[in-house]
Amino acid sequence: MAERDFVRHMQGPSLHNPRGLLNRIHLDPILLVLLLLLLGGGLFVLYSGGDSSMAIVESQVARIGVALVVMFVFAQLDPSVYRRWAPWLYALGLIALAAVLLVGVGAKGAQRWLALPGLPRFQPSEFMKLAVPIMAAWYLSRHYLPPRFSRVAVALAIVFLPMILIVEQPDLGTALLVGLAGLFVVFFAGLSWKLLGAFFGMAGVAAPVMWFFVMREYQKQRVLTLLDPESDPLGAGWNIIQSKTAIGSGGLMGKGWLQGTQSHLDFLPESHTDFIVAVLAEEFGFIGVVALMTLYFLIIARCLYIAVNAQDSFGRLVAGALTMTFFIYVFVNIGMVSGILPIVGVPLPMVSYGGTSIVTLMAAFGVMMSIHTHRRMITA
Amino acid sequence: MPWGEFKDTAAERRLFQRRVLVALVVMLAMLGILVTRLYYLQILNHDNFTTLSEKNRVQVQPMAPPRGLIYDRNDVLLAENRPVFSVTVVPERVPDMDATLDQLQRILDISDEDIERFNRRLDEYRRPFSAVPLSYDLDEAAIARMAVHRYELPGVEVEAELVRYYPYAELTSHALGYVGRINRDELRKLDPTDYAGTNYVGKSGVERFYEDALHGQVGYQHVETNARGRTLRVLEQQNPVPGDDLRLHMDIRLQREAFHLLEGRRGAIVAIEPKTGGVLALASVPGFDANLFVTGIGVEQYRALSESPDKPLFNRALRGQYPPGSTIKPMMAVAGLDSDHTTWERTIWDPGYYQIDGKGRRYRDWKWGGHGWVDLKSAIAESCDTYFYDLGERMGIDVMHEYLDQFGFGKDTSLDISGAQAGLLPSSQWKRAVRNAPWYPGDSVNMSIGQGFMLATPLQLATATAVVANHGTWAQPRMLKDAIGAESTDEVMPKETHQDLNLKREQDWDHVVESMEAVMHGPHGTGRKAGADAAYRIAGKSGTAQVFSLAEGEEYDADEIKERLRDHALFVAFAPADDPKIAVAVIVENGGGGSSTAAPLARKMMDAWLLDMNAGEEPADTDKPIVAGQSEEESRSDG
Repeated sequence: MAERDFVRHMQGPSLHNPRGLLNRIHLDPILLVLLLLLLGGGLFVLYSGGDSSMAIVESQVARIGVALVVMFVFAQLDPSVYRRWAPWLYALGLIALAAVLLVGVGAKGAQRWLALPGLPRFQPSEFMKLAVPIMAAWYLSRHYLPPRFSRVAVALAIVFLPMILIVEQPDLGTALLVGLAGLFVVFFAGLSWKLLGAFFGMAGVAAPVMWFFVMREYQKQRVLTLLDPESDPLGAGWNIIQSKTAIGSGGLMGKGWLQGTQSHLDFLPESHTDFIVAVLAEEFGFIGVVALMTLYFLIIARCLYIAVNAQDSFGRLVAGALTMTFFIYVFVNIGMVSGILPIVGVPLPMVSYGGTSIVTLMAAFGVMMSIHTHRRMITA
Repeated sequence: MPWGEFKDTAAERRLFQRRVLVALVVMLAMLGILVTRLYYLQILNHDNFTTLSEKNRVQVQPMAPPRGLIYDRNDVLLAENRPVFSVTVVPERVPDMDATLDQLQRILDISDEDIERFNRRLDEYRRPFSAVPLSYDLDEAAIARMAVHRYELPGVEVEAELVRYYPYAELTSHALGYVGRINRDELRKLDPTDYAGTNYVGKSGVERFYEDALHGQVGYQHVETNARGRTLRVLEQQNPVPGDDLRLHMDIRLQREAFHLLEGRRGAIVAIEPKTGGVLALASVPGFDANLFVTGIGVEQYRALSESPDKPLFNRALRGQYPPGSTIKPMMAVAGLDSDHTTWERTIWDPGYYQIDGKGRRYRDWKWGGHGWVDLKSAIAESCDTYFYDLGERMGIDVMHEYLDQFGFGKDTSLDISGAQAGLLPSSQWKRAVRNAPWYPGDSVNMSIGQGFMLATPLQLATATAVVANHGTWAQPRMLKDAIGAESTDEVMPKETHQDLNLKREQDWDHVVESMEAVMHGPHGTGRKAGADAAYRIAGKSGTAQVFSLAEGEEYDADEIKERLRDHALFVAFAPADDPKIAVAVIVENGGGGSSTAAPLARKMMDAWLLDMNAGEEPADTDKPIVAGQSEEESRSDG
């Protein structure tokens, strides 16, 4: 018997939703304020990083608008809806990924988009960032936790199948992020430490296999460039060297808004997309970046609070995994821009210019708000 | 949910809380790493990065590798690098581009065309802070004027750049090819890193074929610049790897001889060393000065070259496709003998014409009244058409195609000569596909004396002649003798692919060569005038190619047309006949008869090579380093 059934029997005045205007329209006020702070602050940095182009800011504002609507819509749906739809969403995602491989469009030797007539061009792998953790959570939460070994194996299969399809596109970065989102579900479900240790051990073995058989030449090059950026100062190393210079020259207080010389003199490539942290670090200094990371941390903390207080394990697992995925975005982006991780093309969440990632992330926050605001409190 | 399982909600909740705690700790540790990293960059190393960024900006500048030099076989420099001063602009540093360009136009002699070209380059992709060239080859007065006004012009620099220079100008342009500015298409194909500092790329000939070897590898330097972008000092540098130097088979003396011989005419001479396939001379006359093309030729100059009726830009030696005429009779003889369609003993009666099946259209021999009884040897020596009409008809197209193919006709058999044309070796399938008609016996008759559909380039004629000289052994024609540099010659040069031509009876080669000797030295040989008093034995064959119609687009001019309707004169030869050191193909467009116009030129080429130039033997001290000895050119190429 699932605990939902138990809840259904107990309808009546003893149960009620926490009140408040925002809660009634299923928005979590704390999370909403933090997100708006981040999005709004991001626009200032974007204005600077995009060479003071109002066009870029305006188009970003339009995207944020769309993303907010998406978040709102996702928040309205009851978590049970996500649970019921999980297998269908997952299957749909797999079909879309297969379709990408067959009829997808793209550039630079990678097929990532699906251009269906009547629909805007979209990237099914982006959709899987939500669908995979929801599916894994659906599967694991049907049974008692922690999961038995055989269920962990099935859950891993659920995670790896779309990963393989995404690697084929090829888009190793996204594949890893989708995989991680799924693995976080397994971790939060209570994967035994022994298995976790074994998993890391396998990853250690898999790394050289990946290096020799899976990774493409340009991906290896990125890793090698990270280890020694000076080896290719005109090519891939250029970005890292310039970005480190921008960050380092920002110092404690920064050079001031719109005063960054590195980014404004076009030394810094992609200053309004993946490398926007470097602009922030140059203009607002150490304080600015730490403030940004604090904001991210507060968002993450709120989301973990939501996860811990979720009413069922499905909600907990989904919220926990999505939160961790969000954190990984932050970590990988800042890590690569500051030169401790390879350049993998991960945008800075909610700040980098570009539509898809903001919409996906805001959809995830919508799901979390849904989990939080659809709780029924026993107050009697 | 199956029986025996029930959810312990509280336990699950506790489990999850523990996991969240672990995740939180890990997350904080990872954030700690980021903060530490930022602390390291922004606080601990702030001064370093500030130095890099704020006060003096450090730039990574690519350093173009010096292009490999090209020498002839005697280490005479054919392509060198000369410093040229040019004005470049770094657009990022220019506050007001229009004003700056206006002022530059006042100071320097810059045409609107230059400005237009400059603006085009601005729109193309380039690395931030890379300089865009505006004007080349400043003279000293212009450099001085720039020095005076320099402080008013932020972002504008006078830069010294090594630019290709061809000391022999038009003598080498068709053989060596030349370099020019990298254009948009090339930019897309070239390695963006390796060509980061390079402005020139091989456009044709050796320069193009050996682009990879000649280019070298890019170097870079970290330079400190002040706020205005002027270089203050070099912090660190990784030197570029210069391109390989190339030594060609060509002998510039023989090349010059070929040019002199053709002076005032249109034509081509190709000389090959049969043993190696090395191209000793490759002349297409008239030529042009490749130096004009290196930094960009002016519209007027280009129009003069491209619209000249003599077509100086057209490489006749490689791309001129002519009916080979009688010069292919020795190869036809090889085909007829080896396929058992004729023998040395066989004779025919030549009444001055040939009729298929003894009736029908008459195919005329060049000699009115005919040669009488002729065997194969005299048919070659006297260039008897009738003998070959008969042979050709009996062989048919398939046999002729099979053998001529092995002599390299109808395809580009050159090893490393870029831009060589394939000519046309017809076959019955070809005629069906292209002309939509069957192959008639009359086509075979025409083909047997190198008329009709067949087309060959002078390079192909020289190659086929070298194959005869080698008794069937192939040495594919090549420009490169040695590469001197990072890569060995073997790595740089492509591998040979062409099969040798082995005959059933090896001695047939001797007879063919004897017949060709009879052309030059026999009592009735068509080349006996050119062969007279030679200090060595020559094997040759004359040819005359009919010109049927004007090339498209040529204007009507009675005198001109008269001259341009005249036959092309062809001649192929090799010498000494018993130990060939040179094989030559000569074509003089509208020169009339091959034996009268072309043969003397071939003779002079062979005299020059075998008598004056010591048979192309290496200078006594072959081990001397390649840089020594060329004092004059060498000292100019530095800098």
